[in-house]
Parts: sequence; structure tokens; C-alpha cells
Amino acid sequence: MEMKPLTRAVLGLVCLLVAIWLVAPTLVVVPMSFNENKSLAFPPQGFSWQWYQNFVTNPDWSNSFLNSLKVASIVAVLATVLGTLAAFGLDRMKARPANLLRMLILTPMVVPGVVLAIGIYAVYLDTRLVGTLLGFVLAHTILALPFVLIAVSANLEVFDRRLETAAASLGANALTTFRTVTLPLIAPGVLSGLLFAFATSFDEIVVSLFITNPYLKTLPVQIFASITRDADPTVAAVGTILLFATTILIGGGMLLLGRERKGRQ
Amino acid sequence: MNPGQENRGNPGQENMGNPGQESRGAAIDLRAISKAYGSFKALDGVSLRIEAGEFMTLLGPSGSGKTTTLNVVAGFTEASSGALEVGGRSVVGVPAHKRNIGVVFQHYALFPHMTVSRNVAYPLALRGVAGAERERRVRQALDMVKMADFGHRFPSELSGGQQQRVALARAIVFDPPLLLMDEPLGALDKKLREWLQLEIKRIHRELGTTFVYVTHDQEEALVLSDRIAVFNRGRIEQIGTGRELYDEPATLFVGKFIGDSTVLRGAAAISGGETAIEIAGQKVATPRRLANGGRPVMLLRPEKLALVRRGASGDGRNRLTGRIGEAIYLGSGSKYEVDLADGSKAIVRSTLEADSFAIGDEVEVLFAGADVKLLADDDKADLSLT
Repeated sequence: MEMKPLTRAVLGLVCLLVAIWLVAPTLVVVPMSFNENKSLAFPPQGFSWQWYQNFVTNPDWSNSFLNSLKVASIVAVLATVLGTLAAFGLDRMKARPANLLRMLILTPMVVPGVVLAIGIYAVYLDTRLVGTLLGFVLAHTILALPFVLIAVSANLEVFDRRLETAAASLGANALTTFRTVTLPLIAPGVLSGLLFAFATSFDEIVVSLFITNPYLKTLPVQIFASITRDADPTVAAVGTILLFATTILIGGGMLLLGRERKGRQ
Repeated sequence: MNPGQENRGNPGQENMGNPGQESRGAAIDLRAISKAYGSFKALDGVSLRIEAGEFMTLLGPSGSGKTTTLNVVAGFTEASSGALEVGGRSVVGVPAHKRNIGVVFQHYALFPHMTVSRNVAYPLALRGVAGAERERRVRQALDMVKMADFGHRFPSELSGGQQQRVALARAIVFDPPLLLMDEPLGALDKKLREWLQLEIKRIHRELGTTFVYVTHDQEEALVLSDRIAVFNRGRIEQIGTGRELYDEPATLFVGKFIGDSTVLRGAAAISGGETAIEIAGQKVATPRRLANGGRPVMLLRPEKLALVRRGASGDGRNRLTGRIGEAIYLGSGSKYEVDLADGSKAIVRSTLEADSFAIGDEVEVLFAGADVKLLADDDKADLSLT
């Protein structure tokens, strides 16, 4: 249907406004990160790289960043393996018990983060897991698991299980079938689960605030601590770095996917 | 060569079409195989012996147990009871991936993330065949199904018929002694189906392996098979060549399922060796009687019936009055559906030389008593015609 010019103009304007509304809060950090003064005032004044320098040289910042990277990487792998296995198992179970189990695994998404945090904190105090790498990994994996389960389950739902029967008839045992047929075909779900798990852990703040201690801080904890203590524009610098990193990651991934799809056609 | 006479019941001579090559097919023996799902019996004591190198078709309506039988042989389904031997060895409890049986599915089941070549190479890779030997065999298999030029394509880039040919290549590339096909042409249009039937026949001849083919299409079964096993409600009704099933149906179900037929039902009177049936006041008789009881019905093939105008003279044969309900010109002759006085339908096939009739014509259907197949009535025979 042909649109009237006026309709088209109004529609375009509304889209633009919504886009600005969505992106502006994120983009505000970019100019702020180059502020000359130690202030988070907007608009910023002058230009300097000092907050980026501070991020790299100040051990409070660089260590917390490396901690987050380490925790998120382990969580991503662990949650992806466990979540994929869970999705696979639930897919092949009888519907009723599978639905119950699925709900159980998904509860961390529904339960308020604070409630979960209090529970985890209470247990960690007794088991001395507060401020440990293991503690962070375990807590974040619980939170990341639902995302992997959802992503992989969605792929398994459209996966044609008759292909597994075909593979068996050709001589492949269950493990070989999974490795050569099932896994490659549900790989998009597994990969997006991996990404979600990484992201979930990397910017988790509520539970992390409870189980952190001065010896082990993750980046979100450090950002929160810094911004509540003083107006340190390093926060903006970190935000800008993360913004560009994720843009490159997601953009690159989409480009790669698009190219592969094109190659197949 | 007529494959209908090639293999049947002749172990040791299976490969007359392949001189100098010993049989690579495996004989299959199913003995009293049953499969129950809860209280539903999908298979109820199926016994079937398939000779090495034979082309056996399992024919029947949907839900008759033919696919379940195939799945039991393939190892996708475990039978509830019964014995199953492939190539002389029991395979009960052997998982599907260890049976070394090729399977072609109705839905192709090609791996969408692999090219045609990699699909066909898949079973070879699993068997440790590598390098030049693998390439050679992939090419040979693709050659056999005339898909050699498509090796680098993905399945999504092929038509249904092409995909099924690739699936066939993948199922034969590892030289299985037995190939199972589950309605492989079911999703294809008629022209393509007819051409692929001939291709499958040729490949069977060239390979000399045992083929077991599942279909609900009786014409397809007649074209392809050495022998046909007719399934109904989880049982085998009859096993025989297409000709045997058509000429000598053992049950009413088989008679109705294979080819066109006219079934005459009515009050029966048996005297001596003769059985007479009364249809709307008219008596027809045959010099036969049912061996083992049951209500007799008469089954007649369309070419055994003749048509004359009502009142016209005819030999002293059985006569039934009726009205032409449908007239179909077939080129080589005509086919008529005649509505008989009792409401049933007679199907008559006439040659070109015979008189032609129009819809609504009052006619008489003539037939000789000797041409009647006398069968026991079976109310289940009607329901299953799908």
C-alpha cells in the first residue's frame, strides 16, 4: 500500500524520537568520559584521556575488569555446557516432568534478584564462598542458566529429530550423532546462549554486591562503589569502552552470520 | 529382464541380472513379530521371509503396520515379541547404528548443514573410509542416482526428487546388504514418481541387494516388486506376486485393495458344489463354495464383466440389471461404473470393440460363474480403504 507523504513524515519523526530516547542515555557517557574535570556534569568541559589512563593504570579498575572477564568467561562456558545438556534432556523427556524441571531452572529469572542475593549470601557466609572466584562463578551460573536453556530449547524445538534417526541408520551412535548432526544444527542457539551467559555474568550487580569483598571485586561492583563514593568520570570511560566493545562484537557477529547465510544461497 | 521372475523363492539365483557377481543381499526372517503400544496392537504376529536380493513391498493403508514393520527391521522400534533375523543372524536388541542397513525416508532426511557430497560421505567417514577411496565411492554412488554434478550443492538448493536421489545415494554408498525405503516417493508428483520408480528398479537390479519398500500405492507396488506383502490392521493378509494377489486374492481386503473390483453381497444359498447369491431378486451363481465357512461374497475383476443393453440377448451367464453411473474413456477402452439394483456398484472394463454406453443407460452386467472369486465376507475390509 502506498503511504501518503504526511503519514510517512510523521511516522519517520516518531521513529527518530523513539530511537533517540532509546540510545541517548547510553551515548551520553561518551562525551562525559573525555571530561577535563573530575565531575560527571553534563555537558562536559574540555578534553582529556586521563580517565582512560586511570582505568588502565589504577589497579582498582584494571583488577576488577580482569575479574569480571575471568568470571564471565568461566560462567559462559559452564552455563552453556550445563544449559545445553539441560535443554537436550528436557527436550527428550516426558512433557509433564520436563515442564516442572524447566520451570525450576527458569526460577532465577523470575525471583527478585535481591531475594536470591540474600539467600546466596547466607549460604556463602557459612561455606566461606564470599569474595571467592568459585562463589562468583556458582552464583552467576545460576543466573545465566535460564538464558542458555531458553536459547537452546528454541533451536531444539525446530530441530528435525528424524535427522538423528537417519544418522543412526547410517551408522552413527548417539554421541557421534550429537556431535556431527545435532550440535551443528543447534549451534546458533548455543552461541547466543553463550553470549547471553557472558553478558549476564559480566554486568551482574545485585548478587555481586552481596558476595563481594575487598579482595575480589567485579567491574559492576567497582563502578557502583566508585559512583556512590565520588563523581569519578572513569565510570564514563569504562562505559564507553564497553559500549564500543559490545557494538563491535554484536556487529561483527551479525556481519559474519549474514555472510554465511549469503554463502549458502 | 523381468524382475518379477528374477529372484522370487530362488535363493542362490538372486543375481541373474548380475552375472559374475555374487549376491550381496541379505535374507530377512521375521517370525511372529508383535508390537503393542499400550492396548493398541500395531503389529499382531507378523511373519515374513524375504529372500536375499528380493524386492519386497509392504503394501497397506495407513496404520496397517507396514511402517512399523520397517522400523522394527531398521532397529528404530523394538518389537514387543517375536524373532528377527537379517542375513541369518538375530538382530533383536541390536541398536540401529550397528545393523548396517540402508534406510531411505519419505522426508529425505538429508543433513541440511552438509553439502550433497558430505551427506553421501557421512556413512563412509563413520566406517573409516577416507581419502581417495571415499571420494571414489561418493562419486560412484552419485553417478548411480545421476546426481554427480550436484556434489557441492546444499540440500536446500535441490528439488524434492533430487534430494530423494541424494538420500538414496547416501543409503547405498556403504554397500548395505539390505535397503529399506519408507514411502520414498510419497512427497513427489506423479510424473517424477513414475520415473523414479524405474530408477529404483534399475538400481535394485544393478546392486543385487535386498530391497524392502513400504507404500500405500498398489500401482507402485505392482510396478516395483518381486513380491508384495499386503498389510491390514497389524497383520499380513497375503504374500505373493502382483499377479497372484490380483488373480487369487486370499481375502476380501486384498481383492479390494489390489486393482478395481466389484463385490456382490446378498443372501447366499449353497447347494452341492455351487454357491448362489441373490441381489435385488436376481440370482447369480458360481460353481464354487467357500472351503472354511463364513458368509460368501463374490469378487469380480472389471475385465471379467461384460455389458449389454437391457433385454438384449447374451449367453446363458449370470445377469444383473443396472444403470450406467459413470463412463470413463481410457483410450485403450472404457471403464464403466454401473449402479446395480441393490445400490452397490459394479466396475466394468470394456475393450474398444465393445458397444459404448452413456451415463443413465439401462444395462445388464454379464459374467461367467467360473470367473467369480468366492471370498468370506469381512466387514473390516471396507473401513480400511484409504
